Amino acid sequence: MKRKLLAVLLLLGLLGAVLCGCGDGSADKTPEGGQTSGSTEPAAQPAADHPNEITVGIAQDLDESLDPHKAVAAGTKEVMFNVFEGLMKPTPEGDLIPAVAEKYEISDDQLTYTFTIRDGITFHNGEPVTAEDVGASLARCKNGGDGILEVEAFSNIRSMETADSRVISITLEEPDSEFLSYLTTAILPADYDGQDTAPVGTGPFRFVSRAAQDNIVLERFAGYWGEPAYLDKVTYKIIENADSILMSLQSGAVDLFAHLTSTQVAQLGDDFNIEEGTMNLVQAMYLNNAEKPFDDVRVRQALCYAVDRQQILDLAFDGYGSLIGSSMYPAFGKYFDDSLTNHYPHDVEKARALLADAGYPDGFAMTITVPSNYQPHIDTAQVIVEQLKEVGVAAEIQLVEWGTWLSDVYAGRQFQATVVGVDASTMTARALLERFTSTAGNNFINYSSAEYDAFFQEAVSAADDAAQTAAYKRAEANLTENAANVYIQDLADLVAVRKGLTGVRFYPIYVLDLSGIRYAD
Amino acid sequence: MRKRNGFLIAGLVLTCALAALILLGFFWTPYDPNAMAAGPKFDAPSPAHWMGTDNFGRDIFSRVLKGAGTTVSIALATLLIGAVCGSLAGALTGYFGGPADEVLMRLNDALTAFPSILLALVVISILGPGSRLNVMTALGLVFIPSFARVTRTAFASLRDVNYIKSARLMGASSRRILLVHMLPNTAPVLLPALTIGFNNAVLAEASMSFLGIGATPPNASLGYMLSEAQGMLFAAPWYAAGTGLVVVLLVFSVGLLGEGLRRRDRGVL
Repeated sequence: MKRKLLAVLLLLGLLGAVLCGCGDGSADKTPEGGQTSGSTEPAAQPAADHPNEITVGIAQDLDESLDPHKAVAAGTKEVMFNVFEGLMKPTPEGDLIPAVAEKYEISDDQLTYTFTIRDGITFHNGEPVTAEDVGASLARCKNGGDGILEVEAFSNIRSMETADSRVISITLEEPDSEFLSYLTTAILPADYDGQDTAPVGTGPFRFVSRAAQDNIVLERFAGYWGEPAYLDKVTYKIIENADSILMSLQSGAVDLFAHLTSTQVAQLGDDFNIEEGTMNLVQAMYLNNAEKPFDDVRVRQALCYAVDRQQILDLAFDGYGSLIGSSMYPAFGKYFDDSLTNHYPHDVEKARALLADAGYPDGFAMTITVPSNYQPHIDTAQVIVEQLKEVGVAAEIQLVEWGTWLSDVYAGRQFQATVVGVDASTMTARALLERFTSTAGNNFINYSSAEYDAFFQEAVSAADDAAQTAAYKRAEANLTENAANVYIQDLADLVAVRKGLTGVRFYPIYVLDLSGIRYAD
Repeated sequence: MRKRNGFLIAGLVLTCALAALILLGFFWTPYDPNAMAAGPKFDAPSPAHWMGTDNFGRDIFSRVLKGAGTTVSIALATLLIGAVCGSLAGALTGYFGGPADEVLMRLNDALTAFPSILLALVVISILGPGSRLNVMTALGLVFIPSFARVTRTAFASLRDVNYIKSARLMGASSRRILLVHMLPNTAPVLLPALTIGFNNAVLAEASMSFLGIGATPPNASLGYMLSEAQGMLFAAPWYAAGTGLVVVLLVFSVGLLGEGLRRRDRGVL
């Protein structure tokens, strides 16, 4: 009996010790942090004989197919940006420079574009890039089918002619001042059919291997036409569990991780530099405009008034991020209309009045579907749930796998509301706004407004730049006034980079350019 | 000479205290458990926030009270399903024996061969995740085999003792024999099995929520909170410590209670 009691006492004592240990941890946080950085200092400043390669963490697996013309997920495009190039290529400043093309001419009537392909440029498989390859790649995206996503702007192409193996001229039906930006579409070898599993492009890195759900390996392409990449090899490691991300960074398994949360960044310690850019995503609570009760504009407006976006930034993002009011983010200075940002100030009374007006004086219940691998969106949704309570709306969060989200919410449109970020595939206003035209295939919120369609058409067919910009801004205002979605913010892009590495460049589109990254020594 | 059963007393006191706290959590918590900015973010434990605050400034103590309620109610429901179905199957097969006994028990062996969490995951993926009822059902199913086994052994060992034989000779019905003559005498085996089962159920719920299958945010459950706390181990160590402490206390006190019951029934003190 006494021995047993002693054992129990010992167990209790042990318990106490464990708890004290935890308490000590919090008190000694600073010295502990110092110690960690001290012990890993040699690793952080690697000797010259370290392998010239890094491991980059990404939060989700890529699309099943690696074919750039089939890529749906922003995460796939983000990685494949390093492997593929179009005739043109975006720069960090938001301009377009010739890539596969060496130079181009536009005829006076704005209808014929003549591209000269770079002399000596080859694909990763060693084959030279010819005008036929270019023509075939563009035709592939024009026609679509077989999983290939149609580029709507290419329906404007009347004909393509190859003068010789290095010159291709493209003739349009009608002028399109944004046409060049669609020519960032990847150029692929015409006679190669393994793009799904072993992609071949012209970018600074070439694809080596992929293990689904685990990693993707890229390697410097020695035959790159431009300034070669600094790193010999880059391994993308897929770490879907948000909790494992910190540990993988701190253990040294991963050298660079983009799109971190402010909480994660705050815990990283001294081994990492934090680079801050913007994600170039339109983060919103997207509402299924065809689904009751969100088919009523008053309900959507009420939700906009009910959500306190500044509080979302403060609570879930430590104040990082920039507020938006429509489907446009601030990095697109030309099209961004800041006057829309505060169209719906936080106003609980107004929200209640609008709900009562719409026939929901006591609110309603709704489900917010959130992809479970994006912690920022989960955090945002949690704050929104609390804020909606104040106007009587009982929201519930449903976490789904990314694959389920893509098939059910994005493709199937079976949802009420979802918190995600939508990116621009090309650096144009069109890439962000076309999806809300009533007939667009990717109009997953079922937005339908004749007025909006008219504004968009006006913008697309506008002859000069000023008229086009004005029309796009009117389309943005239409989204805001009709409260198509509860627009929240463009998230801050916090990138943790192991000390000793430099060269992270931010673009106005959702990509991570690895070609500039190098060890400082 | 009767000695005091220290295990039973300590277990009862601790369990009742915790049960009272958890019951209280259903009706009242110091703060709204989901209210954000109840205090500053990542506030260390203080008189205002006994267990500190989390990344949204939510009061962790309030969330622990509420979360423990969720966890314990799921655990109890799980236990109910497992114990009732398992005991019924075990009692019948143990008492009657025969080919049905053989078949059921071999099936039982097959089920036991699976790791329980894996089995629960399979059931959840069939039923669909996200609903509390599905979690209860899945965990309940997983708990049936162990109860069936324990009960079967207890009933089988009583089957041929003299007073049962006598009862049978006197013409007592099988139901009466099972319920009146056998069940009370299996209590020394069943009661500890229940307490151990409860502890396992608490841990199973915590594991499920930790894996993101049980409770959905922003609702609290101990497992979900632990999983959240893991991401903030360096920013808010008190989050993991406070939540973990409650799990440990819960399992520890019910464990003590079970041990006390076992000792009382065996007459060992």
